[in-house]
Amino acid sequence: MAFDKFINLKDTCVPLPIENVDTDQIIPARFLKAIERKGFGDNLFRDWRYNSDGSPKEDFVLNNPKYSGRILVGGKNFGSGSSREHAAWSVYDYGFRVVISSFFADIFKGNSLNIGILPVQVSEEFLQKIFTAVFEDAKTEIAVDIDAQTVTIVATGEYESFDLNAYKKDCLKNGFDDIDYLLNSSDEIEEFEKQHNV
Amino acid sequence: MKTLFDKIWDAHVVKSVPDGPDVFYIDKHFIHEVTSPVAFLGIEKRGKKVRCPEKTIATPDHNVPTINQSEEIQDVLSRTQVEKLTENCNNHGIELHGLGSENHGIVHVIGPELGITQPGMTIVCGDSHTSTHGAFGAIAFGIGTSEIEMVFATQCIMQPKPKKMRITIDGELGMGVTSKDIILYIISQITTAGGTGYFVEYAGSAIKSLSMEARMTICNMSIEMGARGGMIAPDETTFEYLKGKKYAPKGAEWDAAIARWSELKTDEGAEFDVEYKYDASQIQPMVTYGTNPGMGIAVTGNIPTVEAAAGNAKTFTKSLDYMGFEAGESILGKKIDYVFIGSCTNGRIEDFRSVAKFVKGRQKANHVTAWLVPGSKEVERLCNSEGLTKIFEEAGFVLREPGCSACLAMNDDKIPVGKYAVSTSNRNFEGRQGPGARTILASPIMAAAAAITGNITDPRSL
Ligand code: SF4
Repeated sequence: MAFDKFINLKDTCVPLPIENVDTDQIIPARFLKAIERKGFGDNLFRDWRYNSDGSPKEDFVLNNPKYSGRILVGGKNFGSGSSREHAAWSVYDYGFRVVISSFFADIFKGNSLNIGILPVQVSEEFLQKIFTAVFEDAKTEIAVDIDAQTVTIVATGEYESFDLNAYKKDCLKNGFDDIDYLLNSSDEIEEFEKQHNV
Repeated sequence: MKTLFDKIWDAHVVKSVPDGPDVFYIDKHFIHEVTSPVAFLGIEKRGKKVRCPEKTIATPDHNVPTINQSEEIQDVLSRTQVEKLTENCNNHGIELHGLGSENHGIVHVIGPELGITQPGMTIVCGDSHTSTHGAFGAIAFGIGTSEIEMVFATQCIMQPKPKKMRITIDGELGMGVTSKDIILYIISQITTAGGTGYFVEYAGSAIKSLSMEARMTICNMSIEMGARGGMIAPDETTFEYLKGKKYAPKGAEWDAAIARWSELKTDEGAEFDVEYKYDASQIQPMVTYGTNPGMGIAVTGNIPTVEAAAGNAKTFTKSLDYMGFEAGESILGKKIDYVFIGSCTNGRIEDFRSVAKFVKGRQKANHVTAWLVPGSKEVERLCNSEGLTKIFEEAGFVLREPGCSACLAMNDDKIPVGKYAVSTSNRNFEGRQGPGARTILASPIMAAAAAITGNITDPRSL
């Protein structure tokens, strides 16, 4: 699935200061019955976001008009649990392009990168600074620079660097996915298969 | 000097991308109805066919009903997914073990049962509990839908090589302590994030003494500590299990395979990035009290106080509120409403044998609803032929038909809001077993004990 090229952004963010946000919260299993990738954003954080009668839960951050933007800031160990890429789709389809946390579950991180979301891992200290800044002023802007690999709290200029391997950076910036790369490697794959014995 | 993991990984690297991942070759690709349809759409959009249909095996398991499987699926969305899987398999020439067929079952139960899962292989599936297959000394892990599409198109994925962890468990397990307790104990020690970035090898005398079923339970839950997967070096127990299985090598091929598989172990002195060691005799029967698998305690223990709990106090309190438990209190004697015995963690024949042994001559508590869901048709057949089904019936239990069932509640097997379920599955996340459901993870005998008394009970006391 190709995605939009990642362009550096400066935006407000949505704070979710909960640890161990798991994939069943991001998108509950009962919403995985689609056979196409459509409408997943509507069910992002479904059970935290809506009452069982479908009315919005007012105390949940996505229902609070104060907070918006393309950056989601989550507590430590974000995305633990299942390998369902639907979790990353929901985040993307809702409109987020960046998730900031002090720790990501592996598969969620990999899935995110594969579909065009940039997971930005910062120190716990910096994460708390972002939360504090956003709770003090919901208009706080965060700048994410993919080239410099930095994330900055615009008002104070405080920033931190984040890791991103060169290959994935290239993919994100150009909107390429791994399949393009693999299809271009088919000769080497065939060569490999000739000598491979399980 | 190489670890078991290095040996298999390195043998599957087609090439390494500079400052990037490896192009990693996949030997077996399991697929199911939920995570595959978008991947099929993806390759079709590119005008491609599945490159190696003979290395791909399909079964519908996540959303199938567990009663009246011979009838049409009532839920339209589930039915569409199952039909789509059949259609896609037909179009691409993929072997399908469909609903009602002889070898139908949960993908991680049928793979080993049929001998498809073998030592030294790389195995992926769009399901995080693919780690189960690591019990055979394979590198097995869950992937996302984009990666399923990659395997369809090229039989490869792009993967950075994980770091290596070894967890050694020596000593003897006490009475009433099972492999489920070992893994719940490990996760309670390491936490749900402690394994992130690692691939785990389980070793030590306690691990070696386990059956293949018990090893699978441990590898299955590796993902619950954040690890990509877990593995155990193949040995006589592994070979014995595989011998004669439908898809296992036969004759001269079998001998050659044994010779190859016998090399699959960590060399003496090979280094791991991190090591943990535990003493099996210290492990007690375990239960979880919170909303992630790391929140586990000995059944005789107390729920931690807010001060003693690891991590963020707010998250901890939120979790206990959801469960309706108090910090610091004992968990023994808590009333429960449902018992679910099944899933790819504990839905194998050995699990049902141990439950049957335990409930024989006893009666289920009246207020408890108990669902016994076999992991596969084969498990169901064995339950019938070994007389287990009859024992279950006499004790007031009903054996349903195979599928994932209440493990993730995509079908009708949902635990109602606020109700407590003792479950042999692997995740106690909020709403995992149905919106508002409260899950307590445990071993099959712990679940059986709870079904009999109607509350959380130390199985050793019965
Ligand atoms: S039984 Fe549960 S954990 Fe296993 S594959 Fe099915 S849903 Fe996943």
